[in-house]
Amino acid sequence: MTEIQYVAPSTLDEAISAYAAASGAARIMAGGTDLLVQMRSGMVKPGLIVDIKKVAELNAIEQTPEGGFRIGAAVPGAVLEEHPTFGKVWPGVLEGLNLIGSTQVQGRASAGGNLCNGSPAADSVPALVAAGAIANIKGPNGTRELPVEKVPAGPGKTNLAPGEILVSFTFPARPKGSSDAYLRMIPRTEMDIAVVGCGVSLTMEGDTCTAARVSLGAVAPTVLLVEDAAKALIGSKLDDAALEKAAAACSAACNPINDKRGTIAYRTKVAGVLLKRTTAIAADRAKGG
Amino acid sequence: MSDMTNKWIGTSTVRPDGVDKVVGRAQYAADATMPGMIWGKVLRSPHPHAVIRSIDTSKAEALPGVKSVVTAKDIVDFSVGTPVPLGIQDMRWMCRNVMAREKALFHGHPVAAVAAMSADIAAKACELIEVDYEVLPWAIEIEDAIAPDAPILHDFIKFEGKPSNIAGTLEHKLGDIEAGFEQADVIVERSFDTRPVHQGYIEPHACLVSVAADGKTTIWSSSQGQFMVRAMTAFLTGIPQSDIRAIPAEIGGGFGGKTIIYLEPVAAMLSKKAGRPVKMVMTREEVMRATGPTSGAKSTVKIGAKKDGTIVSAQATHYLQAGAFPGSPIRGACGCCFAPYDIPNVYTLGYDVVSNRSKVAAYRAPGSPIGAFAVESTMDELAEQLGIDPLELRLKNAAKQGTKAAHGPVYPVMGYAETVKAALAHDHYKAPLGKFQGRGVASGYWFNAGGESSAQVNITEDGNVVVTTGHPDIGGSRASIANITAELLGIDYRRVSVLIGDTATIGYSNLTGGSRVLFASAMVVTQSTEKVIETLKGLAAKIWGIPADAVTWSDGAARPAGDNAGKFEPLTLEELAAKANMTGGPIGAGTQLNTTGAEGGFATHICDVEVDVDLGIVRVIRYTSFQDVGKAVHPAYVEGQMQGGAVQGIGWALNEEYIYNKDGKVDNPGFLDYRMPVCSDVPMLDNVIIEVPNPLHPQGVRGVGEVPLVPPLAAIRNAVYNALGIRFNSLPMSPPRVLEKLDAMKQAAE
Repeated sequence: MTEIQYVAPSTLDEAISAYAAASGAARIMAGGTDLLVQMRSGMVKPGLIVDIKKVAELNAIEQTPEGGFRIGAAVPGAVLEEHPTFGKVWPGVLEGLNLIGSTQVQGRASAGGNLCNGSPAADSVPALVAAGAIANIKGPNGTRELPVEKVPAGPGKTNLAPGEILVSFTFPARPKGSSDAYLRMIPRTEMDIAVVGCGVSLTMEGDTCTAARVSLGAVAPTVLLVEDAAKALIGSKLDDAALEKAAAACSAACNPINDKRGTIAYRTKVAGVLLKRTTAIAADRAKGG
Repeated sequence: MSDMTNKWIGTSTVRPDGVDKVVGRAQYAADATMPGMIWGKVLRSPHPHAVIRSIDTSKAEALPGVKSVVTAKDIVDFSVGTPVPLGIQDMRWMCRNVMAREKALFHGHPVAAVAAMSADIAAKACELIEVDYEVLPWAIEIEDAIAPDAPILHDFIKFEGKPSNIAGTLEHKLGDIEAGFEQADVIVERSFDTRPVHQGYIEPHACLVSVAADGKTTIWSSSQGQFMVRAMTAFLTGIPQSDIRAIPAEIGGGFGGKTIIYLEPVAAMLSKKAGRPVKMVMTREEVMRATGPTSGAKSTVKIGAKKDGTIVSAQATHYLQAGAFPGSPIRGACGCCFAPYDIPNVYTLGYDVVSNRSKVAAYRAPGSPIGAFAVESTMDELAEQLGIDPLELRLKNAAKQGTKAAHGPVYPVMGYAETVKAALAHDHYKAPLGKFQGRGVASGYWFNAGGESSAQVNITEDGNVVVTTGHPDIGGSRASIANITAELLGIDYRRVSVLIGDTATIGYSNLTGGSRVLFASAMVVTQSTEKVIETLKGLAAKIWGIPADAVTWSDGAARPAGDNAGKFEPLTLEELAAKANMTGGPIGAGTQLNTTGAEGGFATHICDVEVDVDLGIVRVIRYTSFQDVGKAVHPAYVEGQMQGGAVQGIGWALNEEYIYNKDGKVDNPGFLDYRMPVCSDVPMLDNVIIEVPNPLHPQGVRGVGEVPLVPPLAAIRNAVYNALGIRFNSLPMSPPRVLEKLDAMKQAAE
């Protein structure tokens, strides 16, 4: 019979040593909403589960001295939802995270788990990338930072080194007139996986877009930062021509596959449609609408 | 019947199963346990089509903790040449479906099974079984299975003298269609295809089976018929029916998919060999790979009409997938598709096509939604070409009392035209539509059914009532039976407990299916209750010293009548029950019947959709069902049936499909990617219950449960046409397909 060890350390260092010592046979568990499903289906058979929910840094929600946020990698969506200000500053990040699964799953699922699961269709990741969030990582050799878009390496793979654990996300302070949004295309209305996901974060001065980041999910092996789309938006009044150009940049950035969830042609086209719709929502929010 | 004096019939009383289900106390099959119980697991074929050269189970048997291993050798072999029918199933195919014999015929086909001390050990042992396969080319879709060079699944099946995957045909003929088409001013002929869809019951198949040392066998399982479970298990294991007690668990959905068994005979043989009770529970993946969906189909329909809308001739050809073994519901497709209409010349022809996918099982009105999709879509186009409102066209051609239907009957009193009239008169049909919104209509028919039922009605010593029937309750039969019994006895419905007996405690009752259960069980319960009332009147007569025919029964009490009226105080059910042992003994009566007189049911649906034309997403925004139910004994349950059918139709029309990969394996065997609708996908579904009582039934009941799934596919498709001007003759209308057609239309316009 399969023997599975389980540890739930209370400090980050203990978690890192347990994880590193298992040299590849271990899996980190935050909410477990992906891991347990994968174990049940036989996709993964870990020898050790390192449960990180008892580690304080991974569960903290803090404001940084610079005026941004630091969010523990294991903070569940439902907890972040209750935070008095995070969702006002980053409504797109919150809506991306809170599209994952059902209400019950929301009590467990975290942005850190969603990122480290490595799915190209992860709902919270495009909004994190658009937000310019930084992943704070700690391992046996110390700490390092990576932009969120540099964390995924391909379906089910990350650029974390052996023994490294994602600890938290840092969100920058926001200038006035900034907001974000996330939209996904699913055939159903909920309880589904993105066929295409789009995150847009932008800053508006009057009617002019002065800063923007655009990200797409489920259209390539990893979530994409689409700089050409952002360029098309920056400096524009988000007029039809700018939106068409940004949408075309999104479609051009797509490198999807045909699979049970959608076709190449469909995903490529829908990426542009979602860019326009997501941008409109983010701009409306940025203008205080 | 639809009598205003009814107190309980026609009211939505509290469900007797409600509290248990809400608090989690209801016992489903997977909840059953026994001391000493061990776990069974099935090894399934990794190939869609392969000869099984040999199976070596020695390593699995040697694994510590393994108690027994079963292969096809342990299941009774029925020779392919001699039919052994049981209901709609045939034991020749059943014995090969529960355990592959000569060949594995689909990916997921059971090849062997293991019982062990834990499910993990059983799964590990399955991996140790060595099967030598000779992999064969396979055919999954109809066009591949009927192609001239198609791989043949069963070499003993011949069509037109040659080995074929066409396992049979069925035809209905009325008049002369060629002569009919000659009279037509307008003829519309179109081809359609629909995909196989799963019933999607929440509860996976599960059972616990104990074969004792003396051969006495007990089966706890979730099914639509404990007597079906007993009979099939007896056939497939050789255990006599008298040694098998099949106990029905509470059922977590069936929709027809549990009118067949998969696990029980396997668990029985594992238990017999191991000497311990064996529990088996399918995973969702196993349910999706190896249990029956309904057929996918290819249909061609041709309808001819005169300028005034009179339909003069109609023809339909339906090819239905049967899965790995013969037995697709061609009778439903061919028999029901033109049934709503009075057409003098009709010809329908169905082909039963086997292919390398799991064997189909019944699914609400088997075959009828497939036929209706093709016919009702063609009707929409015919209405457009004639310039006649689609409901008016249906009303003009509506079948009525005395109409001769192509599938046989001359219709008795029936309410199809009433459903169309109600739809025409409804606000929904006149409501304004916005941009990218459209409205469609369609009608549908189901045969309904009678058949064998048994009931026992017993009066308790404190004057309450226990009713036992033999049908698993999948659609409200317990609540409805409580209403009927309370009505007849003139007592509060809460004084009636309705139970489902097992095969040892109630007489033979055919399975829950065909929309037959309330029709049939109400008949046997009514007769039993009437016998009880006669007994009660006799007791009162004895106590009063007057003739029995001088006693009447009303409002829960015997009352002196005629010359004796008012001479004695009424004797209530409680009082008579209390005196029963002094006046003649226990009070109760049973009835067993092969019921007849079930009459068909009709429905007409109106559907509004809105299309997101940039994403290709179709959303149903308003839906109203009009159905002749005969008599709604428990209206909330009737509405639940109507809404449930509409939702299943929405899934079938818009998103549900099996996606096979290049290796002939289902790539979406779960609810994440096999996209049934979720609650937020559908609007509140409105219902108009129409009651044209069945004169051959004591309460006027017709079947209710199946018709609701017949019209939705075409109603939704016709609504999408109305919204976009695009006719989808192929399902599902999923976002990539809709967007592709929209883009093609835009390009054609440019």
